Amino acid sequence: MRFQGRNIGIVVYLIILFMPIYWLVNMSFKTNFEITSRLSFWPHQFTLVNYAHIFLSPVWRGGFIHSLTYVFLNTIISVTLALPAAYAFSRYRFIGDKHLFFWLLSNLMAPPAVFAMPFFNLYYSVGLFDTVWAVALAHCLFNVPLAVWILEGFISGIPREIDETAALDGYSFPRFFLKIFLPLIANGIGVAAFFCFMFSWVEQLLSSTLTTINAKPVVSVMTQIYSAAGEDWGLLAAAGVLTMIPGAIVIWFVRNHIAKGFALGACPGNQLRCRWAAAILGEA
Amino acid sequence: MMDKPWSNRAWFLVIPVLVVVLFSSLLPMMTVVNYSVQDTMGQNSFFWNGVGWFQNLLDPTSDMGGRFASALVRNLIFSLVVLMIELPLGIAVAICIPRHGWKVGATLVLIALPLLIPWTVVGTIWEIFARQDIGLFGAALNGIGIHYNDTEDATSAWATIVIMDVWHWTGMIALLSYAGLKAIPDAFYQAARIDGASRWSVFRNIELPKLQKVLVIAVLLRFMESFMIYTEPSVVTGGGPGEATSFLSLDLVKIALGQVDLGNAAAMSIVYYLITLTICWIFFTVMTQLDQRKGV
Repeated sequence: MRFQGRNIGIVVYLIILFMPIYWLVNMSFKTNFEITSRLSFWPHQFTLVNYAHIFLSPVWRGGFIHSLTYVFLNTIISVTLALPAAYAFSRYRFIGDKHLFFWLLSNLMAPPAVFAMPFFNLYYSVGLFDTVWAVALAHCLFNVPLAVWILEGFISGIPREIDETAALDGYSFPRFFLKIFLPLIANGIGVAAFFCFMFSWVEQLLSSTLTTINAKPVVSVMTQIYSAAGEDWGLLAAAGVLTMIPGAIVIWFVRNHIAKGFALGACPGNQLRCRWAAAILGEA
Repeated sequence: MMDKPWSNRAWFLVIPVLVVVLFSSLLPMMTVVNYSVQDTMGQNSFFWNGVGWFQNLLDPTSDMGGRFASALVRNLIFSLVVLMIELPLGIAVAICIPRHGWKVGATLVLIALPLLIPWTVVGTIWEIFARQDIGLFGAALNGIGIHYNDTEDATSAWATIVIMDVWHWTGMIALLSYAGLKAIPDAFYQAARIDGASRWSVFRNIELPKLQKVLVIAVLLRFMESFMIYTEPSVVTGGGPGEATSFLSLDLVKIALGQVDLGNAAAMSIVYYLITLTICWIFFTVMTQLDQRKGV
């Protein structure tokens, strides 16, 4: 009996969760005339004109390309930089390690609104303003600390004996790190990359502050549609639906990792792993 | 881990991260500090203003101070309200998530989906959904006789923002709690069954204590995120009607990028950042002490 109650609970939750999303999808297949003239639960005059507009417009296409480019760059930069640092935090104690770690995490808690204005000045003065690099670097503010945090947890899950054995076998540190260590923490790299992708993809304030034309992200194109076109709801809805697709694809790829991540947190005895799992899930 | 070896050479591995984070965090922060102690007459000529901006900001009787204080109070109330709804709801959802089979993965993916929607689009979804003319939610509420208008009525605007936040983030608490629940060995439940414990006492005496640690993290992250909220309300209500949903970040962006009032914006940035940092530090300390008390 209780089992059934649970199932009903989760189904009800998911239905409520997807109602707004369904409404958006529904609207994206309607003409603007139908949207404004009546409320209907499915499109009576099914149309793809909104999607066609987006695919044919260089501004929209450019928006998607810019967004995906800086997300991709940021993910690579963040994970690459975070790997050695996470290794250091996991394996060694050094002067100021705890303070440094806390300081890194504190950047995760910095309101982006605080950084919007100085970032504008900074990237303008170094000549990166309105490039995808500006956004990719700006998002490092929270993604690098996040990647360090996640990777530290994964690396701590690998016994140190492996490092020592490799050293005895005559592996130099860089060779050991690339040939042996990276494959061992491949899952961790995947999860860290997933979270970097996610936070860079959903962020809007910094990415729109740092760009005007040449690197305008898709979310800025969307907000400008409001003021420019007034009430082009169908177009806005179609754009919204399209922005959900990359996230859905990525989450589908890591679904097993996520489930496994939950399971790894299952060992109350292992603090580090729990903290790691909690960190990941917490940021999810 | 107590047995980690000391090695200051490990610093070399941290340097790349340090350089990037210094560039994207400390350097901009110094710009802010710089602005916060100076005033300008335009044309890039600045002069020393000492703590003038701060005095102004922290004095609730002044224009700026009053504005800041009310945004702060508004934001704290908002954070508390969403936490009070999302926390129990998230735990309840986590208890309902299936434990075995293909349904686990499918449910987790569906629950996590709102977390991967760009925040602007979350705002757009709810802006459309809540409209009285073309949105299901707004139209339905007005249809059953509830006066609801999220652009003109402050209560409606607040309700929309809170419901939107709950919609957006409850999944995160559910995922976290699910991880905590998975950590409970089956033996605990079996023992409870033998004792004939009720569902409530199982939750109260077994599940809740085991969830404590993940819940501290959930509260921390939710508090921070809601304390920094900007994009979603800026799309849905733009801080209005009037100032009703003008939270700290919204107000700050208005001052910094809208009015280009550098001194006030910089002082506000610093105070805002220090408040978040302090709360973060308190949580961090509580967390590590919980860790230590529990032992390894």
